[in-house]
Amino acid sequence: MKPLTVTVLRPTRRHTLPGFSLSLGLTLLWTGLIVVLPLTALLFRPWHNGAGTMIHALYDARMHAALRVSFTCALLAVLIDLPIGLLLAWTLVRYRPPGHRVVDAMIDLPFAIPTAVTGIALATLYGPNGWIGSISSQWGLKLAFSPAGIVIALTFIGLPFIVRSIEPVLRSFPKDVEEAAFLLGASGWQRFRLILLPTLAPALLSGVGLAFARGVGEYGSVIFIAGNQPFHSEVAPLLIVMRLQEFNYDGATSIALILLVIALLCLVAVSRLRRSVSSGLVREDGA
Amino acid sequence: MNDQPSKTISILLTLLSYGAVVLLIVLPVVLILHEALRQGVHAALETLKDPEARSAIRLTVYVTALVTVINTAGGIAAAWTLTKYDFRGSRFLVSLIELPISVSPVIAGLIWLLLFGRQGWWGTWLAHHGVHIAFAVPGIVLATLFVTFPYVTRTLMPYMEQQGRATEEAAFLLGAGFWRTLIRVTLPDAGWALLSGILLTTARAMGEFGAVAVISGHIPGVTETMPLHIETLYNGYQSVAAFAMAALLVLFAMTTVLIRMFLERSFRKQHL
Amino acid sequence: MSITLKDFTQYAPRSSRKLLDDIALTVEDRSFVALVGPSGAGKTTLLRAIAGLSSHSEGTLLIDGIPIHDRPVQDRGIGFVFQNYALFRHMTVARNIAFGLDVLPRSRRPDPASIQHRVTELLDLIQLPHLAKAYPDQLSGGQRQRVALARALATGPRLLLLDEPFGALDPLVRRDIRRWLRDLHERMNLTTILVTHDHEEAMDVADTLVVMQEGRIVQAADSATLNATPATPFVMEFLGETLKFPGILKAGRFIPDNQDVAPFPFEGIDGRATVLIRPHKVALVALTGNASVERRPDSPNGLFRYRVLTNSGDFEVTSPTQLSSEELQNVHIQISRGKVFYEP
Repeated sequence: MKPLTVTVLRPTRRHTLPGFSLSLGLTLLWTGLIVVLPLTALLFRPWHNGAGTMIHALYDARMHAALRVSFTCALLAVLIDLPIGLLLAWTLVRYRPPGHRVVDAMIDLPFAIPTAVTGIALATLYGPNGWIGSISSQWGLKLAFSPAGIVIALTFIGLPFIVRSIEPVLRSFPKDVEEAAFLLGASGWQRFRLILLPTLAPALLSGVGLAFARGVGEYGSVIFIAGNQPFHSEVAPLLIVMRLQEFNYDGATSIALILLVIALLCLVAVSRLRRSVSSGLVREDGA
Repeated sequence: MNDQPSKTISILLTLLSYGAVVLLIVLPVVLILHEALRQGVHAALETLKDPEARSAIRLTVYVTALVTVINTAGGIAAAWTLTKYDFRGSRFLVSLIELPISVSPVIAGLIWLLLFGRQGWWGTWLAHHGVHIAFAVPGIVLATLFVTFPYVTRTLMPYMEQQGRATEEAAFLLGAGFWRTLIRVTLPDAGWALLSGILLTTARAMGEFGAVAVISGHIPGVTETMPLHIETLYNGYQSVAAFAMAALLVLFAMTTVLIRMFLERSFRKQHL
Repeated sequence: MSITLKDFTQYAPRSSRKLLDDIALTVEDRSFVALVGPSGAGKTTLLRAIAGLSSHSEGTLLIDGIPIHDRPVQDRGIGFVFQNYALFRHMTVARNIAFGLDVLPRSRRPDPASIQHRVTELLDLIQLPHLAKAYPDQLSGGQRQRVALARALATGPRLLLLDEPFGALDPLVRRDIRRWLRDLHERMNLTTILVTHDHEEAMDVADTLVVMQEGRIVQAADSATLNATPATPFVMEFLGETLKFPGILKAGRFIPDNQDVAPFPFEGIDGRATVLIRPHKVALVALTGNASVERRPDSPNGLFRYRVLTNSGDFEVTSPTQLSSEELQNVHIQISRGKVFYEP
């Protein structure tokens, strides 16, 4: 028999801090029950009667229209938010005008105010008798109860995402880099376009991605102001609700799955783009 | 840097951006308060005493409290796990936790219906045993849990990331175990970020509309939260009552936003 | 307290890159050891491993003959001072120092009065008795350093580990703390290991220097041995300014490539070799060669500096005495007091 040797040579994979399995276990339990479990149901439901429901849903013209409305309006809203958000972040961080703290805090309001409250407020404000709606209708411009109303609501909803994504980058941007550019003779606009904008681009893109995904799925603030005419101003989330009210779970789930998949694909595309944009930059932390 | 024309430009840009804030954000808020007080403070307060309104307020407070507690505990666990250890799949876990932000609230309600609704996986079986989740309060809690899922983790993580691990390692080497390190060392130091995340969760939980609308069944006095009740009132042309309740929520939202501003400010003073 | 490492290897998390490669090291009880080396050599990683903060490692690590992870943290008797001190920012200095005692299991925890007494004692020891109620953010770098040390000492450890303890301090404070630390080491019968990248500091304070390079230990010895017989060119270069003269070993002689440098007898295996020599050990012999010498204006540490110009390149040497202008003409360079290293 071989002599028994006690060996202390054992590869360890321990973590330096205690409690790894406990905290990971809690995290997985929490995430599993609240996020993974219900989303799994969404993945499987449309197929439980065969692929027919899904194919039927894919050819539903009303759904096409609703998706088109949702995505177009979300895109337009983000395009409007982009310059406004950039401008806001810039003035608040760089100029620090009087009251910048209060204004900075107010930017979070669209995020903190319940969407239904936003909905009735915007519908009243831009409606034919509202403060803005009454003025715009004199010019023959119908804002509420039309796709324009949807864009207005989504612009409101998306603004904090854009500003909050740029602000920290702008604040931590090393001043000496800009000063170096200044000493090399770059004008204000050149410094902004050649130095700041490329640095901001990754953060800007992720803000755009979030605002867009949010806009596509938005329900509460939109339904009051949209008018909700099928094929014209009906958004995809509303169509899901309609289908549910008809007790058509399969139809509702198919639309939900398609909406979710497209939204996630957009997010993935944005994060790809973000990576390719930021790969050209040397990050400060060396990561 | 002192290029001369920048002074004029800065004033111009500031005016422009403040104008945008007034038009986009301030005006709707002012309108809500204006509409609520259209018939005076007394009339507005009177509408809040209506039994259905009070039931909605009670339900909202209950759901919000429960959801905030659960998601705060989970959020702390997740932020700690993701920042204090290196492990395979951590990036995937982060995207999973952030996923609910990009999911439409309507879908957030629907997925629970698929599990617990009358046509859902377990709904009929549970109903047989007297357990009602969809079109009842538990469903509202679940939907709200999903919608407000990421906020505590998202606010805590960047801060805990930047804390590094040295203080925790120091505590560990001095003999403190997992719970003690978490409760006595990590959380007190991350206090402001935690509070800010909790406030965000609370604000979103109180105001959730789409997800709750889908799963609650909209039964006045029973499963109507404040935002749902606002819809009912608004569609019933009870404008003052709708806006009075809206104003209540807006005031709460403004309070949380202001507290978060002060938290962040005191944090920056402490660290810069 | 003695420490033994054998075949100790540590990998970077989630990769097969070795941060520590096959480390063998013995630290005797009550010795004062400095881990030195350039940044990235693995000094801090090794120190953390000794503290039990290693992950993804294999091999033997014994503290007093017992595997480190077999003992609960409280019973290991290890005090650790982090590079950036890692003080608990939301606690007062007194609570920071008391932390290790506060978290002891109730059965072993001293009563509050004894803890208070111990804290006062330690505050006196670090000469900051008036700062008990201050918060870490209100302290200077040197004060934080001492508080971190007091916190590590509170539980009465027998092994003290310090990661770059002088790194963030200004030079005057550095010297003070260094002396004080050495004194503390003697008084409290500690075994002390510290990490530094400054070899002069290490030689000043420690008995044994462990020179590290790329995750390995190159040489572990006292400073006299390191100076007399450096194990590799790296050790010699790391420990001070060095001049290099490549050449060839042939028939019992070293013949430098540089023709202005004199060959000298050396017994060894024939082949390529390099002589490494400290600038003050180079001898200049006047009127026998072709190199010219210029006097440099400054003379740091009382040494006179000279720039030697040869056909194959220039270098600087030092001399304790001033050389006259005759001594600087047509010099021949002698390096026989250097160390010969074979080329790999």
